[in-house]
Formats: sequence, structure tokens, C-alpha cells
Amino acid sequence: METNIALYKYCVRIADTSLILAQRMCEWCGHGPVLEEDIAMSNMGLDLIGQARGFYSYAAKLEGKGRTEDDIAYFRNEREFLNRCLVEQPNTDFAYTMMRSFLHGCLSYLQFRTLVKSKDDTIAGLSEKALKEMTYHVRHASEWIIRLGDGTDVSHQKIKSALENLWQFTDELFEMDEVDQTLIKSGIACDLSLLRAEWDQMVNEVLAKAKLVRPTAGGYQSKGGFNGAHTEHLGHLLSEMQYLPRAYPDAIW
Amino acid sequence: MNTPQIQEDEQTHIDAFNARISSGKTIEPKDWMPQKYRKQLLRMMSQHAHSEVVGMLPEGNWLTRAPSLMRKAVLLAKIQDEAGHGLYIYSGAETLGTDRAEMIDQLLTGKAKYASIFNYPTLNWADMGAVGWLVDGAAIVNQTALAKCSYGPYSRAMIRICKEENFHSKQGYQIMAHMMRGTKEQREMAQDAVNRFWWPVLMMFGPSDADSPNSDDLMKWKVKLYSNDDLRQRFIDRTVPQAEAIGVKIPDDKLKWNPTTRHYEFGEINFDELKSVITGNGPCNKLRMKQRNDAHKNGAWVREAAVAYAEKKSKA
Repeated sequence: METNIALYKYCVRIADTSLILAQRMCEWCGHGPVLEEDIAMSNMGLDLIGQARGFYSYAAKLEGKGRTEDDIAYFRNEREFLNRCLVEQPNTDFAYTMMRSFLHGCLSYLQFRTLVKSKDDTIAGLSEKALKEMTYHVRHASEWIIRLGDGTDVSHQKIKSALENLWQFTDELFEMDEVDQTLIKSGIACDLSLLRAEWDQMVNEVLAKAKLVRPTAGGYQSKGGFNGAHTEHLGHLLSEMQYLPRAYPDAIW
Repeated sequence: MNTPQIQEDEQTHIDAFNARISSGKTIEPKDWMPQKYRKQLLRMMSQHAHSEVVGMLPEGNWLTRAPSLMRKAVLLAKIQDEAGHGLYIYSGAETLGTDRAEMIDQLLTGKAKYASIFNYPTLNWADMGAVGWLVDGAAIVNQTALAKCSYGPYSRAMIRICKEENFHSKQGYQIMAHMMRGTKEQREMAQDAVNRFWWPVLMMFGPSDADSPNSDDLMKWKVKLYSNDDLRQRFIDRTVPQAEAIGVKIPDDKLKWNPTTRHYEFGEINFDELKSVITGNGPCNKLRMKQRNDAHKNGAWVREAAVAYAEKKSKA
């Protein structure tokens, strides 16, 4: 696989994952459980949009066809979106939202921590900024998971349910293919399999503090989001997100 | 208990309070203040904070449909600012002796008001332009005046908030300018937005001076520094040329420049509509209250969990 083609896809995968999660964060705006959390979730949404824009812009440049970040974000269909399925899962409630941010955030943090040393300067630069952001996102989500897990019976049940229902999207976070292999060889991408042990440790530590039991292996695990195989939720999210540019393709906003 | 001594003390306090205001000094939370002053400020500040929070809803309505990533980021940052303003003003209002939970309870039970403008719907993307440009523009005119008010925490909050509101208004105007330079459909959306928002925005300044109760005391205490009509005129005078510059029409046939007064003359405002919206009968009053109540209700278990966890930790 050509490095540039692999790199394009690698960037779009990261950008899509950030953007779809940002879109979910936007849905909370004005409806949070407390004003401070409205501010926090908006903040994380903004970080994620920023990450998406950085990686889309770089992808557009690598592609060299004159497309923009918005062309990539707004004019692709479900099957062309390369985000991990975890982030497209609906908000459901605050417990789901925090658990989703946490499970994704731990890996994203570890990934960017490795990518700051990428041999590709742009990837390294974008990752440096994203790493600072993900450090905060993980801390924020961890604190809430612990609070909810060790708060009231109701909150414990809700965070437990979130964990059990979202767990099926965790193996997929580590999926890799020839895109990754090509870029790992040239020192650009990071080998996700090497991050698994540390991810396990981060997750286990927080779950223990939250008095939650880690789901056992063996249940259904989704596959292939990063190659366009998604859950039913993504189509609805995209039809809302992309509606205006699709309805008025000649307009400049 | 109304002994001559207490009356005398009271008078000494009032004299000192009035002298402090006349000298241009601010009143601070621990200073003595008349009950009416405290009550009025609490009413204004809590209404203002509620407006920031309810105001997140009509813009939040378009956040997930923002037409570009840049617009999405700017809108999200703007709404986040509004949440921040809400938090900041609630904290300021708490210095008057009422806590945030109580103020929010007053909002949710309908006892407290918020800006009437947020009871209008946002129906197309250009509304994000109109809200930023016109609604935040009107807010700036009001808040620039409030930045000179006599209550220190409110005045300082307004100075800081006005800086952000300026950015909000500019981003709104930029959206409108883009739309007016865009396709036919975009120009129609922009005009439609201005047609719907113009008059309700003029109503944001409140009833005309002739029908505005309580204004004398408020002026004397520098809680209010300019009359509703003065501020409304100031807004119109600065906004009409901006509309002309981008080619959007203000929906008022009587609008014209008066070279003698150096102000724009404008048509009659339907204050019955304002009264109706303020008393709960605007297009979105029920929706906004439902959205706020739902968020509060759905978040109750989260807040309870946070309190329960904090209590467990403090005992440990």
C-alpha cells in the first residue's frame, strides 16, 4: 500500500472518530444535568471538532484534489465513514455519555501519546495538541464514572448498564489493517496492539474505584467501523449533520 | 420596635448608601443596601442568568446541523460562552443572598422570567446569524449600560461578558453577510430571519418609558442608567446601517433617517405581543420551559450521585 494513500485513510479514521463523538457532545448542549457539565461537554466537543478539522485538513492536503475539510466531512455516506462504532452510539443518558467518552478517551489518549513521536511532523504536531485535550477528557470521564459507580443505587445501575452495553464496541477500538501496518513500518502510525495492556490497566483501575465489574470476554464484539461497517445509529446522525450542505450544494456558508 | 434610634441608624445607612452611589463608587456584597435595591438587583441578575441559560436552546437547535465545521465550532463556542455567562451571573447574584438552586427553582416553576426573545423559534440557519447579530447586538447595548451600574459584582460581570458578546454579534453578522452574498435561497433565508426577529428584538428593551414602572428609583440608584426607549434608539441607530451594508431589508416601512434629530424614526412596536410573550403566551414559552424542566429532571440522579459520593468521601 502506498504511504500517502494509507496516511490519508489513517487521518480520516481519526478525524471521523473525533467528529462523530463531537456531534454527540453537541446534542447535549443546553440539556446537561448541571450547568458546569454543559460547559464541560461543550469544551470537549470543541476539542474534538478541532481534532477532526486538523486531521481532515491534512487528509485533504495529502489527497491533493482540492477538497476541503468540509467536503470530506459533509459529502460522504455511512459506508464511507471510518470512525470506530463506539463513538456513534447514542447519548442515551449521562452515564452512557461518560462511559463512551472514557472507553474511547483512554485509547485516544494512548494513541496520541504515541503519535507525538510520529515520523510525520504534521501527525506529531496535531497529536501533541490532542494529547493535552484527551488527558483532560479521560480525567473528567473517569471522575464521573467513579462518582456514578459509587454514588447512589440508581447511578450505579445506570453506569453499570452503560458499561455492559458499550463493552461490545471495545475490541474494535484496537482493530488494525494494512493501513496501520504500512504506516507502522515507516514509523508514522502507532501499533494499537501495544497499547492494549495499558488501556486494560487504565480501565480496570477506574472500574475498580467505581465498584464496577469488568464484563467478561466472550460476548458479541462489533467489527469494521474503521472500514465503514457501522451500527444503525450513524445514518441518522449523518442525515442530521450533513443536511444543509447536501440540500444546498452550491451554497457557501 | 421602630424606635427613634433604629430610624436614625436606618437614615444614616441610607445617606451613606446614596452618597456612595453619587460619588460613583460601587456597592459591594457586604455593604449595607436598601431591601428594594437588593430585591431589584436579584431580580435583574437572576433573570439575566436565566436568559443566558434558556438562550442556549434556540441556538442549540442548529448546532447539530451547522453547515460547516468552522460554523459548528464557532456556534458551540458561542453557546458555551452563554453557559459561562449564566454561571458567572448566578454566582454574582448569589452575593445578594439567594443560592443558585433557589433561583433555578424559580425559573422552572415559572416564577422567574427570562428574556422574551428566546420564546421565538429558530427556523433556518440564517437565524443563527440573526440571533448573533441582532439579539446579541441588543444585549450589548443593554449590557454596556449595565457595566456602569452601581452594584460591583454585576458591573464587573458585564464588562467581561460584553467582550464576549461583541464576538458573538460579529460572528452573527458575518453569517448574515455570507448568506446575503450567497445563493438566492441563502438570501431568502437571511431575509426571512430578519423579518421574524426584528420586531421581537426591539421588544427586548422592554415597554416604552411611559409604561415602564419603577424606573425612577432604579435610575437614582444607578441600577439602570438609560431608559428603555433610549437604549432601543441606540440599537436601531447602530443596526440599520449594518443592515444596509449587507443588503438585508429591515421590515419596517416607517423606518427613516431624521437628519435633524440624527436618529432613525421607526414604526409602532406591538407591545401587546411583548406582554403576551412575557406572560407565557409566546410561540415557544411552553417548549423552552419543558426543555429546561426535562434537563433538570433527567439530571437529578446525576446531581444526587455527586452529592452522595462527596458525602461518602468526606466521611471516609
